[in-house]
Amino acid sequence: MKIRTILELLDAKVLCGEDKLDGAVHSACGCDMMCDVLAFVKEQAVLVTGLCNPQVVRTAVMMDMRCIVFVRGKMPPADVIALADDAGLVVLATNERMYTACGKLYANGLAGGEVINE
Amino acid sequence: MSECVNFHFDIDGDNFTSAGEASVRIKKHLRDMGFSPETIRRVSVAMYEGEINMVIHADGGSADVNVYVDRIEIILADSGPGISNIELAMQEGYSTAPDNIRSLGFGAGMGLPNMKRYTDSMKIESEVGKGTTIYMTVNV
Repeated sequence: MKIRTILELLDAKVLCGEDKLDGAVHSACGCDMMCDVLAFVKEQAVLVTGLCNPQVVRTAVMMDMRCIVFVRGKMPPADVIALADDAGLVVLATNERMYTACGKLYANGLAGGEVINE
Repeated sequence: MSECVNFHFDIDGDNFTSAGEASVRIKKHLRDMGFSPETIRRVSVAMYEGEINMVIHADGGSADVNVYVDRIEIILADSGPGISNIELAMQEGYSTAPDNIRSLGFGAGMGLPNMKRYTDSMKIESEVGKGTTIYMTVNV
């Protein structure tokens, strides 16, 4: 799914990475616990979260994710957006709640990921 | 490359906001050295979890990454409270992190299990009241 499609489906705003909206993501992870995200394996994924601290960006970087969507109208601080911009991530913000945002993406064909087995 | 290339980082224990910066830097170093994305991700995630743990539990510490041609070693050392029951600490979902850390997105009891999951070997040496050293290896 193109990131531009996520933007449209969630009626979101672009906070950074506007030049990368035609990039594709292959899976999604909706989560506020970053250590759960780190157990999630797919690269080229989108992280859907309501948490707005720098660790969200670092977690996305560690997992080679392409895009972060902040839900529930959460607006990350400028330093968090700058960190994401430096890392080449696309950051979107939507007023949708986590459940609805994930449901819309799933219903439109964006799959969930896998958890690595020990 | 028969020799070892070492990267050393001091982990600041006072600042949760900056936790993970060393892991981001190691990710860049390994990318510059030409390692595969999979190897880089395994090393950087394991180190990131360790870095976060040191900030949450041990007031910081040090991280050394030794890069060999066939493996990458990560050594995390702190002078924190130590782990009294390592077997319990390795169980997914077990955590002693305070609630304020959970509100920051960590402390779900996945740190040590994730470190084991992403590495080929992991050894924990810990003494209560003295500190913890974790040795991890990712084979290339």
